Amino acid sequence: MSEPTRTHGSLLIQDARTRNRNRAETRFKMYGIAAISIGLLMLTILLITIIGRGTGAFQQTFVTLPVELSAAKLDKKGNRDLADIKKVSTFGYTPLMSAALEAKVAQAGIETTLKPKAMAAILSKNAAATLRYYVLANPQMIGEVVEFTFLTNSRVDGYLKGRVTRDSIANDKNINAAQLDLVDGLIADGALKKQFNLAFITGADASDARPEAAGMGVSMIGSLFMMLVVLVLALPIGVAASIYLEEFAPKNWITDIIEVNISNLAAVPSIVFGILGLAVFINYMHLPNSAPLVGGLVLTLMTLPTIIISTRASLKSVPPSIRDAALGVGASKMQSVFHHVLPLAAPGILTGTIIGLAQALGETAPLLLIGMVGFIASNAPDSISSGLLDPNSAMPAQIYEWAKRADPAFYERAWGGIIILLVFLITMNAIAIMLRRRFERRW
Amino acid sequence: MSSIKMTTSALAIAAVSATAAAARDQVQVAGSSTVLPYASIVAEAFGENFDFPTPIVESGGSSAGLKRFCEGVGENTIDVANASRQIKGSELEVCTANGVTDIIEVQIGYDGIVFASDIAGESFEFTAIDWYKALSAEIVVDGAVVANPYTMWNEVNADFPAQPIQAYIPGTKHGTREVFEDKVILAGCEETGDFELFKTVNGDDKKAAEKACIALRTDGKSVDIDGDYTETLARIESNKDGIGVFGLAFYENNTDKLQVATMSGVVPSTESISTGDYPVSRPLFFYVKKAHIGVIPGLKEFAEFFVADEIAGPDGPLAEYGLVSDPALADTQAVVEDETTIGGGS
Repeated sequence: MSEPTRTHGSLLIQDARTRNRNRAETRFKMYGIAAISIGLLMLTILLITIIGRGTGAFQQTFVTLPVELSAAKLDKKGNRDLADIKKVSTFGYTPLMSAALEAKVAQAGIETTLKPKAMAAILSKNAAATLRYYVLANPQMIGEVVEFTFLTNSRVDGYLKGRVTRDSIANDKNINAAQLDLVDGLIADGALKKQFNLAFITGADASDARPEAAGMGVSMIGSLFMMLVVLVLALPIGVAASIYLEEFAPKNWITDIIEVNISNLAAVPSIVFGILGLAVFINYMHLPNSAPLVGGLVLTLMTLPTIIISTRASLKSVPPSIRDAALGVGASKMQSVFHHVLPLAAPGILTGTIIGLAQALGETAPLLLIGMVGFIASNAPDSISSGLLDPNSAMPAQIYEWAKRADPAFYERAWGGIIILLVFLITMNAIAIMLRRRFERRW
Repeated sequence: MSSIKMTTSALAIAAVSATAAAARDQVQVAGSSTVLPYASIVAEAFGENFDFPTPIVESGGSSAGLKRFCEGVGENTIDVANASRQIKGSELEVCTANGVTDIIEVQIGYDGIVFASDIAGESFEFTAIDWYKALSAEIVVDGAVVANPYTMWNEVNADFPAQPIQAYIPGTKHGTREVFEDKVILAGCEETGDFELFKTVNGDDKKAAEKACIALRTDGKSVDIDGDYTETLARIESNKDGIGVFGLAFYENNTDKLQVATMSGVVPSTESISTGDYPVSRPLFFYVKKAHIGVIPGLKEFAEFFVADEIAGPDGPLAEYGLVSDPALADTQAVVEDETTIGGGS
């Protein structure tokens, strides 16, 4: 009997190799924490930038003015015939606004050397349209004085938001210092102020001459109809395909090839689906250009692999004992799938579908090719078929379009649009997480 | 089950596409991104003032627009193509081959091309010669053709500050590029007399000499921008030494960030362009398919509205945005009114 020889020293005192291993572990933990912090930092920077630049778009400068709807200008024949009133174009309404502003300036006692026409330049070009729509809807009000809240020019709005300063307008031909003095006077009077702008969320796109009037609403409807098409087509096709592949199809080289191709399809860049959509749906099938239906079809192609892969994964995760038990009590194969396996896999399928939809919602590239980018989203659809077939844009396409326009006011709206899009995406992902938490069963 | 669902979805698509074959009721426009803002301003005002729906305006460039325009006649082809240059003979041939024969050419006005740099940087007073000497791939020094040796602006012209040459110019798919080459680089080449030497070197071949003039250097001093002017602006904001080529309207909307350079001593403005004093400008066009007039509701009204005095005139919203109004607008209105097609027929 000899004493056991202690070749590695005491367990209480770490030797050099143990210390080394422990140090390596500590280092690795540090790398992990650093990686997470960098990720979080990036996310914070991104969110702060988006919110900081985008929130401005939800507020807009408005001016409240009493306008005399002069019968001499609007209804020259005096017969209150709508056809005759319609002949007065928006250009015919501009003098009414100059006059209203002139009256307001006199009433508020604002000193200005501006001519009425130059005064009216602080108003949005949209104001005449607002006025004309009101008169056409209420022809009986001609001759009365009605109080209106008009949008102001994007430069005036920029002045209130700090984007436009007295220094920066030195070379600007759209606004001058005298007009800013007038704006200051109207602010002091309380007639001109910044307010929450619902029209940004509900309104339609506007041309380059009036960025202040542009809104996301109509392109949101376009996105909604596209998502509807994707849901109606991709969910049944995707689920049916995965059930067949997972539960019924024989395992042979054909199904192997199909499987590999589905995985490959999921990795195809989305622009490819856009070109395919242009070639097949528009050029060959003669579906209309810029229609949400075509956009939806293209995005369906893009979303299908995502849905098929996630559906198959959730079907696979249902334990075989469930199927065996169902078959054991005499259920047919189809009964076992539809009565037992599918309900248990449903939460996973829904999660996959929602994430697929969220991906499709944020997709711009394929829409470029099927004509959904441009000055498009200006007619709100009035029925389901017009929603599907009439030209429309989509939220990400609208953001892209705004980001490339000349007027800096559009840039702010692009950021604002990103906020709306993010709210949609976060909501959809939250629903997906909630569904999973609530209904998922662990085995 | 799967086949049933497939069939129902296929039927749904078929049903929807059947309704798609019914009439299109809004005008569709595509083409030049320079004309896009003007066209969208007109489209918006048109939608407001007429009972027709607001026309759809897409961009993509003059060439892309004209290509789609020439694809054929029918409801799934566009009605109007915007272009920042005149339609080419080759494009007209494609049009004719596809059955697009009666085309109405409408000139809406002029657009100025300006050179602008960061507002805080140095100011420049350019001539065409300066740009040619700064950007051409090969120039003539002491009677011999050499690769462009200049790297600083003060080497090009002793009056300029010592600032590295860095230009952001429109890519080749833009109509603006052609105007830049023709009216600036080629003009500079001819003014210096280098053109004659290039001609001699190339055996009296005028075409080859022109090509030699407008071949731009590829060493990174001249960068092609294939995107929009917003991209050019972003480049200048990140490189304060950069000088970019912009449309007049874009510059006028960004005067707080950009300063404009004069050309041959003239400051670009709608006035100096309409009088012809500012040398770098080009006409803007749109093309209408005559076969679609009467088929697509509102097409002729849209074309007429586009060139109406209250829209395209010197006090209209287009001029306010930066378009240089055409002094011969009345002739253009007559062209639209009579539906005069290219080649004179009506």
